[in-house]
Amino acid sequence: MNKVFLIIQREYLVRVKKKAFLVSTLLVPGLLLAMYAVIALIYANSDEINAKHIINVKDESGIFAGKFKDNSNLYFSPAKGTLAEAKAELKLTPDFLLVIPADAVKNGGVQILSKTKPNFTITSTIERQMTRIAEDDAIVKAGIDTAKLNAIKPDINIKAIELSDSGEKDSSVGAAYGAGITGAIMIYIALLIYGSQVMRGVIEEKTNRIIEVIVSSVKPFQLMLGKILGIGMVGLTQFLLWIVLSSGVTIIAGKMIAKNDAPAKTEQTVKKNTDQTPQVEDAQPVAPKSPALGFYESLQTIDFGYILSWFIFYFLSGFMLYAALFAAVGSAVDSETETQQFMFPLTLPLLFTYMMSFAFILNSPDSSLAFWLSVIPFTAPIAMMVRLPFGVPDWQLALSAAMMIVGFLFTTWVAARIYRVGILMYGKKSSYKELVKWFFYKE
Amino acid sequence: MLSIRNIVKQYDGHRALSDVSLEVEKGQIFGLLGPNGAGKTSLIRIINQITAPDSGEVYFDGEKLNQSHIERIGYMPEERGLYKKMEIGEQMIYLARLKGLSRDEAMKRLKYWFEKLEIVNWWNKKVEDLSKGMQQKAQFVATILHQPDLIILDEPFSGFDPVNAELIKNEILELNAKGATILFSTHRMESVEEMCSGIALIHKSKKILDGKVRDIRNSYRNDTFVLEYAGDKLTFDGNQPFQLLDETSGIDGHTIRFKLDGTSSNDVLQYLLPKAQITMLQEVIPSMNEVFIRNVNQTADKHE
Repeated sequence: MNKVFLIIQREYLVRVKKKAFLVSTLLVPGLLLAMYAVIALIYANSDEINAKHIINVKDESGIFAGKFKDNSNLYFSPAKGTLAEAKAELKLTPDFLLVIPADAVKNGGVQILSKTKPNFTITSTIERQMTRIAEDDAIVKAGIDTAKLNAIKPDINIKAIELSDSGEKDSSVGAAYGAGITGAIMIYIALLIYGSQVMRGVIEEKTNRIIEVIVSSVKPFQLMLGKILGIGMVGLTQFLLWIVLSSGVTIIAGKMIAKNDAPAKTEQTVKKNTDQTPQVEDAQPVAPKSPALGFYESLQTIDFGYILSWFIFYFLSGFMLYAALFAAVGSAVDSETETQQFMFPLTLPLLFTYMMSFAFILNSPDSSLAFWLSVIPFTAPIAMMVRLPFGVPDWQLALSAAMMIVGFLFTTWVAARIYRVGILMYGKKSSYKELVKWFFYKE
Repeated sequence: MLSIRNIVKQYDGHRALSDVSLEVEKGQIFGLLGPNGAGKTSLIRIINQITAPDSGEVYFDGEKLNQSHIERIGYMPEERGLYKKMEIGEQMIYLARLKGLSRDEAMKRLKYWFEKLEIVNWWNKKVEDLSKGMQQKAQFVATILHQPDLIILDEPFSGFDPVNAELIKNEILELNAKGATILFSTHRMESVEEMCSGIALIHKSKKILDGKVRDIRNSYRNDTFVLEYAGDKLTFDGNQPFQLLDETSGIDGHTIRFKLDGTSSNDVLQYLLPKAQITMLQEVIPSMNEVFIRNVNQTADKHE
């Protein structure tokens, strides 16, 4: 056992000391930081979009005046004086002037005047509101009871609140989606990357011809086990560093986004209080969440501790399962170019589950196919990571975990039998037939 | 020291070793000879417990071979190498620790050997930055660092340049003088004659010859002599008391090779003394090379 520990130590240190390890360890939190920076940048720009605009309404039709509803960044107020006066005043302020001709409903001709070009959100909001007001007006004129109409209106409002409620729920489903996809991608990549590191390590020992020196000191199985565990620990270290650094980045970014958001809200309330328009009271604009904060909050709806612990379990067990087979492949060839024929069937279940994750499991995480994929050891690591954020019954997790352990013990046993023969075969083109023969060799 | 009894090793389709037995005495330098593919490496792998025989047994110092003997054997395989990306010093320590040495002990001994072989400046260099000769020296150090009682070298001189080969040869002799038993496989017969006290010849999975080098060579003597003489070139008419094999002439004189014809070397001298000034007479003892080739060819003939 002491010798296995020595091998683990070497395999681990050799890889952790490499520059590539440092770079890839810093890359992921770096990318996350960049992502937050982009979100923050979008948010900073959205300040401009969300800037408060005062729309002075010159309504000559008499249908629209006083019926516009304010929202978070548009405030409507009746224009004072004549059109010419209002136009003159417009030159001094950043406000907009909405000119509605008397026959606007019939003939259109609504104009919005300003020093700066109004953005799309402003014009579309006004268009929407005007359509609604015109419709209301038409309904009233058609003789429908205004009381009844008002009775309908609160309904519409309630609906809106429900929508925003489900919008929140939506965002946590989105978070589960995100967590599922992230988990699947991470496991898929990790199994391939670290699995092929094991394979390359074995091929390296073969081509360097150090293998025979080492197996004269330790048993081939000890060497294989040490290599797998050592590289597995490299992977684990990398993940833990990623998690620690990424959470650090996330927490700091979250605090900064939250801080940026706070003054925006107070500013808005102040504005609301000082504003003279009568509509302010019943408009009740919902304080908008900045997208960054929204993202950050939806992240918190996921139980990270739970998912992380299972991620580590599925990474380690999945890695052990595949790494053993990768080691067997490495032992059977003389160079990496010869690995193709063995690599394809080996990575097929991974690729299949990976594609199924996006095509199927994400949309129906509780289906029986999803269940079977998350129980079969070869596909379970990816499939289960997709399902986890949506909630998986404990018995299924327990079954899957037990299957994983049985699975990696089995592949390790099979792989070790091929490995012990393969590592000493130089310059022989190996086939599946050969591997089966090696498997059945006596010691 | 090492007793190999009736080893059989079968790979699918061909037999690597059939019923091979041999004894290596303590303190011996033992040569394992045979053409390529004869089964030498298979046998060596069995002694190193890298593979197990299908049948037969190996005894090490009277005990049946087991895992505890690994630390008493040093093995330098024919196909040898080191981790290219690893620093040589670290790598040496790693290999020594796999053989059961403590880190401190390994350091101490490595210092001695690195100084002795003048590679101490390379301690922190990666293997890929070392010259082939340096790597070979390091390889050798890794083999003997744990002071094994039995040192097994598979083709130790293959790939070594003459200077390093000589260096390693002297180190091997020195280790042997200090008590280590050496078993090496080679097809360089000069080194066998120089170094080995005993040999075994393996051909087509069978041991076809073994014993002490001197005995073997003597047993292959066939009354052939070389004689040099100065003066005028002699002509032999067929009545001389030997069978002339060939004759050559040089600046200093003439050389003849002959085989005795039921006579003795003294008869030859008596016959020639009046005729020429004899400068040298020597019996030709077959070289290991000749023994080797003759044996291999004989078995080949038998097979055909």
